[in-house]
Amino acid sequence: MAEVQGIGVRVKRKEDPRLITGEGRYTEDIQLPGMLYAEVVRSPHAHARIKRIDTTAALSSPGVVAVFTGADIEGHVAPIPTAWLPPDSDIKTTAHPALAVDRVRYVGDGVAMVVADDRYRARDAAELVKVEYEPLPATADQELAMGEGAPLLHDDAPGNIAFHWRAGNATDEVFEQAEVVVRHRFRQQRLIPNPMEMRAAVAEYNRSTGDLTLYSTSQNPHIHRFLLSGVLGIPEHKLRVIATDVGGGFGAKIACYPDEALVCHAARVLNRPVKWSEDRSEHFLATTHGRDHIEDVEIAGKQDGTITAIRVRAIANMGAYLSTAAPGVPTILFGLIVPGPYRIPYAGADVYGVFTNTTPTDAYRGAGRPEATYLLERMVDLFAAEIGMDAVAVRQKNLIPSDQFPYETAMGLSYDSGNYQLALHNALETADYETLRATQAELRKEGKYLGVGVTTYVEICGLGPSQVAGAVGFQGGLWESSTVRVHPTGKVTVFTGASPHGQGEETTFAQIVADKLHIPVEDVEIVHGDTARISMGWGTYGSRTTPVGGSALAVATDRVVEKAKKIAAHMLEAAPEDVEFVDGSFQVKGIPTKSTSFHDVTLQAYLAWNLPAGVEPALEGQAFYDPTNFTYSFGTHICVVEVEAETGQIHLRRYIAVDDCGRVINPMIAEGQVHGGIVQGIGQALYEGAVYDDQAQLLTGSFMDYAMPRANFFPRFETSFTETPSPHNPLGVKGIGETGTIAATPTVVNAVMDALRPFGVKDIQMPLSPERVWSAIRNGGSAE
Amino acid sequence: MIPSAFAYSRATSLQDALIQLQSHEDAKLLAGGHSLLPLMKMRLATPSKLVDLGGLKEELRGVRREGDRLIVGALTTHSEVAHSKVVQESLPALSEAARQVGDLQVRNRGTVGGNIAHADPASDLPAIALAFDAEIVVATLDGTEVIPAHEYFLGPLLTALPEHGLVTHVSFVLPDPGTQTVYEKYPHPASGYAVVGVAAAGGVGTDGTVSHIRVAITGAGEVAYRASAVESALAGQTPTEETIRAAAAQAAADGDIAGDLFASEEYRRHLCQVYTARALRRVFASQLA
Repeated sequence: MAEVQGIGVRVKRKEDPRLITGEGRYTEDIQLPGMLYAEVVRSPHAHARIKRIDTTAALSSPGVVAVFTGADIEGHVAPIPTAWLPPDSDIKTTAHPALAVDRVRYVGDGVAMVVADDRYRARDAAELVKVEYEPLPATADQELAMGEGAPLLHDDAPGNIAFHWRAGNATDEVFEQAEVVVRHRFRQQRLIPNPMEMRAAVAEYNRSTGDLTLYSTSQNPHIHRFLLSGVLGIPEHKLRVIATDVGGGFGAKIACYPDEALVCHAARVLNRPVKWSEDRSEHFLATTHGRDHIEDVEIAGKQDGTITAIRVRAIANMGAYLSTAAPGVPTILFGLIVPGPYRIPYAGADVYGVFTNTTPTDAYRGAGRPEATYLLERMVDLFAAEIGMDAVAVRQKNLIPSDQFPYETAMGLSYDSGNYQLALHNALETADYETLRATQAELRKEGKYLGVGVTTYVEICGLGPSQVAGAVGFQGGLWESSTVRVHPTGKVTVFTGASPHGQGEETTFAQIVADKLHIPVEDVEIVHGDTARISMGWGTYGSRTTPVGGSALAVATDRVVEKAKKIAAHMLEAAPEDVEFVDGSFQVKGIPTKSTSFHDVTLQAYLAWNLPAGVEPALEGQAFYDPTNFTYSFGTHICVVEVEAETGQIHLRRYIAVDDCGRVINPMIAEGQVHGGIVQGIGQALYEGAVYDDQAQLLTGSFMDYAMPRANFFPRFETSFTETPSPHNPLGVKGIGETGTIAATPTVVNAVMDALRPFGVKDIQMPLSPERVWSAIRNGGSAE
Repeated sequence: MIPSAFAYSRATSLQDALIQLQSHEDAKLLAGGHSLLPLMKMRLATPSKLVDLGGLKEELRGVRREGDRLIVGALTTHSEVAHSKVVQESLPALSEAARQVGDLQVRNRGTVGGNIAHADPASDLPAIALAFDAEIVVATLDGTEVIPAHEYFLGPLLTALPEHGLVTHVSFVLPDPGTQTVYEKYPHPASGYAVVGVAAAGGVGTDGTVSHIRVAITGAGEVAYRASAVESALAGQTPTEETIRAAAAQAAADGDIAGDLFASEEYRRHLCQVYTARALRRVFASQLA
């Protein structure tokens, strides 16, 4: 037998040969006989009344089969739902029609869908749809939108306030009585998630059976089936959603979008397959954006470095409509984690979600937690500067000690396990912190500005459990399903409700099974992303796939072993409790010679010639696993930058990441997740940022203006792990998909501010563009 | 990213290309396509016909030295220019600029002629063309026209290229032997175009003072320009850190400097100075040492 590549082994990704040789099968690759192509006509105005839509010319354009407007689909396609309703927040779930009926509310709002026999003809005809608009005043800024006289987006949301959510125990009194209080306003700029693959959908309807199949770029096909069933009025057993290979999502493929629903509707009405796929320009407008907060933060503490309180009043820009998970992002996933990894007795969050004439925002890698970690870690540095203490020393003083777990925070979360000091210690040692400080002092004398930034963070991940989901208003469960089907030959097919789209679970999940069954990873196939093949699932987001989906898989596999053991015991003429499963064979305890192999047992399970009484044929384990709590990954990141004072350009010299995601299934894949996360986190710190003008037109609508981080911008990342198992799940794992994004942004900004200390610069608006840095140096203070 | 319909044909000869270009209203020439096709995909350009020059590589591709000139065929790709021994030896600044055009794919497809014909104001080559007194050689049905670079670049995407003309060659004047030629670029983090790109060359006479000096700047404004004020400030001076700084302070003087989302006009003026100083320090490195 080949060597077992179980948990902890750097197995090369099984999915990569297919993906990197162009053999992947993405939604765009799907070609069905008689397929039509859809093109969405989108509003060029940020806010306008629709006076008239004339589709005559488009309808008579060559190859056009149909044109749908908002009026045409009324009664057939219900408004797009919001599926996270934070309690006690007075949330206004204003209607989001799949196609605008009387009013458009952002540039990119869908107005009509043209369906033609060819993609080019569909695009040509889309230009012929004549929409008469009466432009209305618009605003892209959430603070302006809340203010007096601001254009109102939805009549049922006065003041454009979508919700107002509060949490925590920090009172005014706590801050009035504090020795030191530091206040600062941050702006988390808006980001535009850009997976390599953009959104696409293909719908196929079978009129005779009433079955509708949707191929879709989805992170959570079962949720999409669940929501689309309601939107389309197609019962769930007649609706199948398939996420084939999906080329990244970063949260932007969680939401239920109008376009996918429209494609389904068109296929149903026309009784022909219909494909729609957005191009990159369209993606910039029509797929959800992320972040975009204004945050007024106060941190209180003592001169000795003790932090006593932190609170934030945030205004979150929700865009024109509340996207599927959007309200949960700046509330539950943001506010509750504000005290971070520190023993801070008082914490508070007060969040307004505000409608503006912009693309709706929703989860973007980290979703709420990067925003919280950013303000906290920046405030810790500002607090340290205020009291004249080293920022690392302040962190050391306030980190929750490792013997305090489980630790109940001021926000009511219970952190499962951690050794925050060890991660910090390892990172400082890797960086050689003391030497760095000495080098920094030397270089300053030569007019060179080195900066060292540190972040210690904790992340809520492993989204579950369902009871909590209910309590925080998430309109779904957060458990996960897994079926482990062992075939007669001992090969295994796994059906998981998780829906990986680049994270590598076809490999790591196979490793979990290989580890437990002592079989080669090649013998394990992971099936995901198809509602017809997988009973139920809640998908991949919130760093939940391994902690929740992986745990479901572990439990299901254990059930296989349990049953196999009964069969083996019968074959060995021993009592089941006397049989153990060792290195791939069942043996009678203490008598290694009396054993039978896993393969013999699997075959007998299927032949069923001689099964023990009460044992059914076949060998399959199933689990619907609901975790008992979230898990909390943590770590320390350190960045070393050099700032060119002459131009404001920032050069990344070193980046050190020590992360703890509990037990590591595959170190190589975990490192890959950390690398990607860091890159995206630094993207926010230094390069990325959506800019709207005062008419709410997007100015950064392409890669010509919107700077994505590139490989050559970065030094080699120095990553390592500490392993503090989570007590909450059978694998002891936590999440690793978002840690880099959460930690990297404040780490880099802290490093740049550290470099600029001689100039008296305390803060610069992200992204830290060279000009902003240059201006700040010249002004000896904030650039804006 | 779906262009509108267009006709396509592959030119069989230079003459054929010119005839097709003239006989079709708003026909466009297709070389590497890396400027034209993105515009077409966004329907910002909607030519009725593309005349593919791919078949003319025999006559329009390649680099050769003729006396004191370096002649680059219009269909030579940026990669070929960057890797050309002749270019590296005779005009290193051109090689350096070509190496920094766009990204690998763009350099492998994009051509010198296409670049010069398109005339993006932030493109790298115009700075080289201006600094080295390039002549743009243009074929039309009436014959060949030669347009000096300083009369060729008129504005953003605007040139003196005659209607229905086809750039066949770009001919650079090679500097005196021993002249250092450099290209210093600040690439835009998103587009890769020059936020500021400075081409410079120069040398000193036997008395150690600057005997010849050329500086041209691209990316900073509406159109690439010769930084004459820098040149006259440094000419006849002994190159020192001080004289270089003083000359570089004039870097924005001759340009129509403009700001955008990434860099304001003020910041770009500053970058012109910084990058000009950097370029000049490299040009006169042996004198400064």
